[in-house]
This record gives sequence, structure tokens and C-alpha cells, in this order.
Amino acid sequence: MLLLQIDTALIIEKALLIITILLGSLGIAMYATWGERKVAAIMQDRIGPNRAGPFGLFQPLADGMKLFFKEEIIPDGSTRFIFILGPCLAMLTATMTSAVIPWAPDFVTPGGHVFSFQVADINIGILFVFGVVSLGVYGVMLGGWASNNKFSLLSSIRAASQAISYELAMGISLIALLMMTGSLSLREIVAQQHGFWSDGYFTWNFFKQPLGFIIFLTCSFAELNRAPFDLPECESELNMGYHQEYSSMKLGFYLFSEYINLFVSSVILSTLFFGGYNFPFMDQVAGMVHPLLFSLICVMVLLTKAVMIILFVMAVRWTLPRFRYDQLMKLGWKSLIPLALFNMLVTGAVILWTMKK
Amino acid sequence: MEIYDILFWVLSAVAVSCALGVILSRNPVNSVMFLILTFFAISGHYILMNVQFLAIVNVIVYAGAIMVLFLFVIMLMNLNADVEPQKGQLVQLAGVISGGILFLVILAGIKSAKPEIMDKASTDIGLISNLGKVLFTKYVLPFEISSVLFLSAMIGAIVIGKKEETKDPDAKAERVN
Repeated sequence: MLLLQIDTALIIEKALLIITILLGSLGIAMYATWGERKVAAIMQDRIGPNRAGPFGLFQPLADGMKLFFKEEIIPDGSTRFIFILGPCLAMLTATMTSAVIPWAPDFVTPGGHVFSFQVADINIGILFVFGVVSLGVYGVMLGGWASNNKFSLLSSIRAASQAISYELAMGISLIALLMMTGSLSLREIVAQQHGFWSDGYFTWNFFKQPLGFIIFLTCSFAELNRAPFDLPECESELNMGYHQEYSSMKLGFYLFSEYINLFVSSVILSTLFFGGYNFPFMDQVAGMVHPLLFSLICVMVLLTKAVMIILFVMAVRWTLPRFRYDQLMKLGWKSLIPLALFNMLVTGAVILWTMKK
Repeated sequence: MEIYDILFWVLSAVAVSCALGVILSRNPVNSVMFLILTFFAISGHYILMNVQFLAIVNVIVYAGAIMVLFLFVIMLMNLNADVEPQKGQLVQLAGVISGGILFLVILAGIKSAKPEIMDKASTDIGLISNLGKVLFTKYVLPFEISSVLFLSAMIGAIVIGKKEETKDPDAKAERVN
């Protein structure tokens, strides 16, 4: 059924939700930069930022202000329009992905009105995420090309080929998960992981697809351009990377969009593999507290899982050395893709076997 | 006018004007970007028809992967309007004739096709489960054959891209030295 009716109340409700999610992800991305420095400091036995505010908590604000007040330079040899378009695209694609994430179960008001904690429930939710991720590379590519700098161009080409190569393994590893859930809708995938334990086994997909999870995680490191796969920003070979010619807030947009991507991909990882907003004994908790409070608890649970994954990603950055470019390609094409295919075959065989019984 | 019609006309206008932009702009990078916008407009049409799966696959495959490779080639070869070689008269004539023939074929195809008016309210055929069922039952043979076609294209690309190996053992030894 195709329904295209304009409902003012619905638009206001969704607009509020979108604004909340947008501000929330910006805020979390802001403090991810602070968190990254603190994690780095702790792992390297330093103190980290501690000047601006208590524990250096105002450091992200100070950084943002610095970037805003910097002089803006557009190089003479650059293609002006595309040069400006690059960071805009990076930011746009970073913030678009969160539209299909279910943040909490539906909240039903006493009047019978259903308030959904998800901007759009489309039946191809996870494919939408893939679509946006595959567009994310344009920001980097166009920016790097338009800078008219050889190092930027090299870096953006690296970023693009890395993203395309790892998208394949990511997609194949996800197929195995989708064969088990039988749905592409993120809402449905989360609903199937209800609670923590049922029918004598864990409900979370992590326990059903451990190999798929490892492949997916590795690929998301590469998609995020995070260490150990941060070759597009490899300082020792490329000076700085695709944003070398950028200054002021355009540079800020590039750096910031990476942290937004980090946050959103952690949320998606926890949605797909760690049960999303589900937590053990959630039915008992739901019976005890007010429904609105329960929804908020669910949101907090999802955010806690996401923060745990972000901390893990940061810890990995300061643990593993950077891969060489040919090693990266070899890992992607010769290890991860065959492994993902193997995982898919085994999953299919197991599903067939259990269906027969 | 219903909102459906408004969306249809807006999307059609975007698609046609962007398609014109692809062939009219001098800079190849601009052409690529217009083509990406055209794909988005077409995806919008798919969504209007409630064919969400095709819409998103169109974005992932064409806008997200194939156009990235196009951009790749254009960036590496550094094609610009200034360095574009001017084509001779003969080549231009050949282009016009072959393009005209293609246009004729398309026109004939459109003319002989029976127009089917889609019922806007009851199209569930494009939803992924229905599409998958049709693809793996009724059209399973064409589907599998097209995958073989892709495989052969892939192997062909590898064969073309592979470095020429010298048969002569002496030349090999010389290169090592």
C-alpha cells in the first residue's frame, strides 16, 4: 500500500525526533574527540587534556571555536564548487544513516497514540545504511580531487578503493545474519533479539554469528578509515591525507564527520549484533516502571552499548600498528571475502538442516 | 493535484534536466555528478512505485559503486575540458549516425510496448520478499544465466588487466639480473 498523506502532528513528531537524534549524535561525536585523547593518554601513561574546564571537558568546545575562527583558505588551483561540496557531502552522509535506527520500543500513550522511537521504518533498513555508506566515499573523493594536490588525490583514491573493497566482505558477512533473521528491517532484527535468553540459547545475534561479527567489525574499521586501516590519512606517506588543503571549519567538517560515522556505526553494530535496545530481564523491568521511563532506559542501554564499542575502537587504534597498503588489499580480498563466503555457506547449511528436522 | 503527482513531476523534471546536464557539461567530473543525480531521481521514481528494493539497489550499485569507478578513471587520467582532443568531422558524423540508430531502436521499442497503467494503491510486487520469490521461481533461469554473464565479464577484465608474461626464459633472467 502506498500512503502519501500529510499529517501535521506526525511531521512535528518526526521533526522533533530528528532534531533530538541529530543534536545527540553531534554531542556524542564532540565528546568522542575528547574521549579519544583521554583514551590515548591513559594508554600511553599521560594525563591528556586537562586545561579547559574540569577534566578538560570543555576541550571540544575550544577546538570547535578555534576551527571557526581560523582563516579560511581556498587554494587557487582548486575546483571551487567541488572543493566546498566535499566536506558538505561528508557531513550529510554521516548524519543520514541514523534515520533507520530504532532507539527504543514503541511508546504508547494512555490515549492510545503510538510514538515510535525510529525516524523511518522502511522494510529495507539495513540496505539503506549500505546505500548511504557507499555514498560516503564521494565526500572524500571529490574533496581530495578538487584540492589539486597530488597527495590529496592519492589519499582519496586509496580511500575509495579501500571502501569499495571492504564493502563487499561487509555485505557478504551480513547476508548470513539476514538469512537467520529473514528480514532487512532493523526494527524487525532488533525485535527478534528480545531479552537475552530464550529457548535455551542467547537471543543476541553475536552468539549466533560470531564469525560474521568479526568480519563485520573488521570491515567497519576499514570503512571508518580508523587505525589500523587509516591509510587515507597515513601521515608518513601522504603528509596528512585528503584534507590537506582544507582549513577552518571545512577541515572541521571532515574530522567531525568521521566521529559521527564512528558513533553511528557503533550504534548499528550494537543493533545488529548486540540486541540493540534489548537487555536481560527487560520484561520484568517493563512491568515495574512507567512506560516512558522504560523507553528512556532502553535508549540508555543502546547508548551504553555504543559507547562500549567506541571505547574498544579507540583502544584498538593505540594498540595495533598501521597496515601496509598491499597488506590491506590482501586481507580484504583474499581473507575476509572467502571467510565471509564460508560463513554464509555454513549458515545456509545449518538453516537447511534445522528446517528439515 | 495530489502529492503523488507533484512528486512525480518534480522527480521527472530533475531526472530530465540532470540527464541533459550529463551530455552538455564540458567538465567530465560535472558530467559524472549530474549522472549521479539522475540515478537519485530514478530511485525516487522507484520509491513512488513502492519498489523500495530496486530503489536502494540502484543507489548502492550505480551511484555508490559504478560511478565511484567512473570518477576514479576520470581523476587518474585528469580529463579536463582544455585537454580534450577535438574530434574530426568523420568521427562526429559516425557518432551522430550510431546515436541516431540507437535512438530509433529505443523509439520503436517504446512505440510497440503496450502501456500498462499502474494501480498506485496496490503495488506490492516490488517489495523485497515478493521480488525474491518471483526471481527464484519464475525467472530463475535468466537470473542464473545473467550471473554467469557477470562472471565471464569479470574473468575477461582480469585477463585484459593481467601483465603480459614473457615466454622467453632468457628475457626473464635478464629482468631479474
